[in-house]
Amino acid sequence: MSGVSRAEYCVIACAETWRDAGEILASPMGLIPSIGARLARHTFSPDLLLTDGEALLVTPDGTVEGWLPYRQHLTLVTGGRRHVMMGASQIDRYGNQNISCIGDWTKPKRQLLGVRGAPVNTLNNPTSYWIPKHSRRVFVEKADMVCGVGYDHALDARHHRIPRVVSDLGVFDFTTPDRSMRLASLHPEVTVDQVKEATAFAVTIPDDVPYTRDPTPAELHLIREVIDPRNTRIREVEA
Amino acid sequence: MTSDEAASRLESGMTLGIGGWGSRRKPMALVRALLRTEITDLTVVSYGGPDVGMLAAAGRIRKLIAAFATLDSIPLEPHFRAARERGAFELMEIDEAMFMWGLHAAANRLPFMPVRAGIGSDVMRVNPELRTITSPYADGETFVAMPALRLDAALVHVNRADRQGNGQYLGPDPYFDDLFCEAADTAYVSCERIVDTADLAKEAPPPSLLLKRHVVTGVIEAPGGAHFTSCVPDYARDEAFQKTYATTPWPEFAARFLSGDEQAYQSAVKEATCPE
Repeated sequence: MSGVSRAEYCVIACAETWRDAGEILASPMGLIPSIGARLARHTFSPDLLLTDGEALLVTPDGTVEGWLPYRQHLTLVTGGRRHVMMGASQIDRYGNQNISCIGDWTKPKRQLLGVRGAPVNTLNNPTSYWIPKHSRRVFVEKADMVCGVGYDHALDARHHRIPRVVSDLGVFDFTTPDRSMRLASLHPEVTVDQVKEATAFAVTIPDDVPYTRDPTPAELHLIREVIDPRNTRIREVEA
Repeated sequence: MTSDEAASRLESGMTLGIGGWGSRRKPMALVRALLRTEITDLTVVSYGGPDVGMLAAAGRIRKLIAAFATLDSIPLEPHFRAARERGAFELMEIDEAMFMWGLHAAANRLPFMPVRAGIGSDVMRVNPELRTITSPYADGETFVAMPALRLDAALVHVNRADRQGNGQYLGPDPYFDDLFCEAADTAYVSCERIVDTADLAKEAPPPSLLLKRHVVTGVIEAPGGAHFTSCVPDYARDEAFQKTYATTPWPEFAARFLSGDEQAYQSAVKEATCPE
């Protein structure tokens, strides 16, 4: 399909994160995941719960349908009825994620946010990631501070699951024998070499890599006219 | 009680819990009063925002217990960040849920609470004192035994309170202010307005009465006491001033805004925001 921007393919890839999720809370962090979650809610996952970014549960048009202060949000996390899509300053081949600091933790080269809720998220509800700028600085050999737990550290933690990682280049999952990262789809016009060049570890490349699916005309209309008419999505992914 | 009287009851070396979340409903007037004292060597327990940033910038923190520090609309707290990058204080970096269960343990007089969080992450590497516990039941799962975060004092800010210490929040989220007070030996509550007890339930229904007087030591009327953080519905975050805070070198900010009392602060803010 021509005329679909990279940002719009990213929206579709993020929306797919919540397909068939049922009546759970979608917790998107970042602009494009937020547009994706609302698109999923509008179309193939109408039972999703969404927040206003603070303590209210709202329908797509902003109608308040519930109250979710932090204390209840944390119970929702540990109850497992949630699929969060977090960001990552670093993510490694097993999906260990870092948002705390770069360098030696005792005296970091660059202090970031802190671990936040990444440890509790990853042990309790499905956790996916959104990386708006795929690069070797983010897709690293080893995360400096493991906040979100990856498959090698989670061992057999009973509720641990990282369904997907979406970047501006493609979609990745961990469906390999050793649960390391695999390229699941490329966004149209992206090459396998581009992905390899922008990734500091050897990502598994299947023989036949599909492209991320096209949006339907109805989905494009929703993205462009209803959910994000001011085109904020290009702030995260250009063109 | 005034903010300065509350601050005068605190001591160097104390473990201090600070309510609110990020740059939301932080007891900033109490933090400013604390900055006017010589009190230092603090262990600060906070869902961190500019409270952590200011105390870190002023060198008052010996140890911080936190999951993050942020200004929300400005994701990285600049003074927290600078202090960390020069290794200025000891840090117990724990997950948001571990933090909450640590306060629950303290409030319930328990030594710890089992938490499904932390295992597998580097929270365990950077906090080697954390212990795990295995379920004595058939599931046999291993959890982190999150130690109680008992506080010497808690500082929180709410919308309304009566003189006895019954505190009311009118915004969308109570955060964990009640829990901070229950986990503390003493609790100082600042509020936008002190009202008669009989008026508390008139403005909002009883579930808004978050703080109970038996866990509150002192009440301080501090209009604008959360500034520049949000205190809805009384006021939103002062984004312009927060930006000034985040971009002004600390010594200059402190000299310009924190060299006098609370009234001087508010006048300096007014002058900076709408110059004549």
